[in-house]
Amino acid sequence: MNRRTFLKDAIVVITGAALPAAALEWLDPRQVLAENPQIRWAFLVDTHKCAGCGFCVKACKAENDIPYEASVTRTWIERYVVTQSGELLADSPQGGRDGFTSGSIDLPGGTRVSEEEIIRGFFVPKLCNHCASPPCVQVCPVGATYATPQGVVLVDRQWCIGCGYCIMGCPYGARFFHPVHKSVDKCTLCTHRLTRGDASACVEACPFGARQVGNLHDPNDPVTRAVVSERIGVLRDSYGSRPRVYYLGLSKEVH
Amino acid sequence: MKEYVWRPMYVVVLIAALSLAVRFFLLPHDFGVHEGGYKYGYYRLGNIAEWESRPALFRSADDCGDCHRQSESLSASPHAFISCQNCHGPAAGHPEDPPTLAIDTGRDLCLRCHADLSYPAGGRDAVPGIDPLGHHPFRSCVGCHDPHHPRQEVQP
Repeated sequence: MNRRTFLKDAIVVITGAALPAAALEWLDPRQVLAENPQIRWAFLVDTHKCAGCGFCVKACKAENDIPYEASVTRTWIERYVVTQSGELLADSPQGGRDGFTSGSIDLPGGTRVSEEEIIRGFFVPKLCNHCASPPCVQVCPVGATYATPQGVVLVDRQWCIGCGYCIMGCPYGARFFHPVHKSVDKCTLCTHRLTRGDASACVEACPFGARQVGNLHDPNDPVTRAVVSERIGVLRDSYGSRPRVYYLGLSKEVH
Repeated sequence: MKEYVWRPMYVVVLIAALSLAVRFFLLPHDFGVHEGGYKYGYYRLGNIAEWESRPALFRSADDCGDCHRQSESLSASPHAFISCQNCHGPAAGHPEDPPTLAIDTGRDLCLRCHADLSYPAGGRDAVPGIDPLGHHPFRSCVGCHDPHHPRQEVQP
């Protein structure tokens, strides 16, 4: 054996030995999926159905121990109206906690737009988008907020130092400082209910079926079917956060 | 190498070893990089179970039916699609301790859906609406309207 063949054979042997057995295994996608029954939660909002009753906000506050009187909430409803002059206005008094019972809109600064000036309106429920690339998680300096393997973005109350970077980093304004627990708080998608097989509190409370929560890895889930086959939109797509709250009937005015 | 080169090196190694030891004892052992990588998965793993083990305040939607038979007229009622616990609830401690179940019969609760907005406003259009200030202001709705059968008038 001369030097050339020795080196050639050595390269073949080393490469072969370095190759793990797993790399040569043939994987059937269906088998992999059945062995790992993964869950990837997603949320679907049908803005056509929302009537602005605010039962979702009320239920969320009760379920998740958010002070009712404090002006913080994990989910909220925005009302968008168009006036006769074509102006677009939006409001969300107390996050829509008590519903929208008055047709007029109070703008910041004390001006009131009366009901007669408004020609159309609609409601957009909002919550944490549980982004696939959450900007709020990237900016946390202590690892107190994270995305779970099931796609829920959570805050570790014990670990949070309350610096507020994530509140600033969230493009959707979905985070706030919890006045009682003294840590950053946000929608958990009611993880504690989902693991027990129940829907999120806001989903259960919505009388009009405007809110749904579902598993994107289940092709028969109504949410997955809607995401795949309906015309859906997401909020602030340009931020690259890949939100997982999908909207049916999202108007171009909403951002 | 000369001794004076090594001496500060020992100090650096000692400081590194000390900080690693402190980190080992102070940090919970499930804190670190998990699924999702360093960018999105750097956290304390036990926190997921903490969130998941929270008690639920609202009971499952079909729990009420275990004891309360829904009458046929109620399932035909226009209000049948409203979750029981929107008005009677939340029902966390209810079957064990019935008086804790709050029942909201307030006018504000009805107005959430039945306040008329005089312009087209999404889902509100399909709901019969009243002018809150014109329709018997400050009176209780349930005095005249049966919330379970809103199309029937309450017999005085």
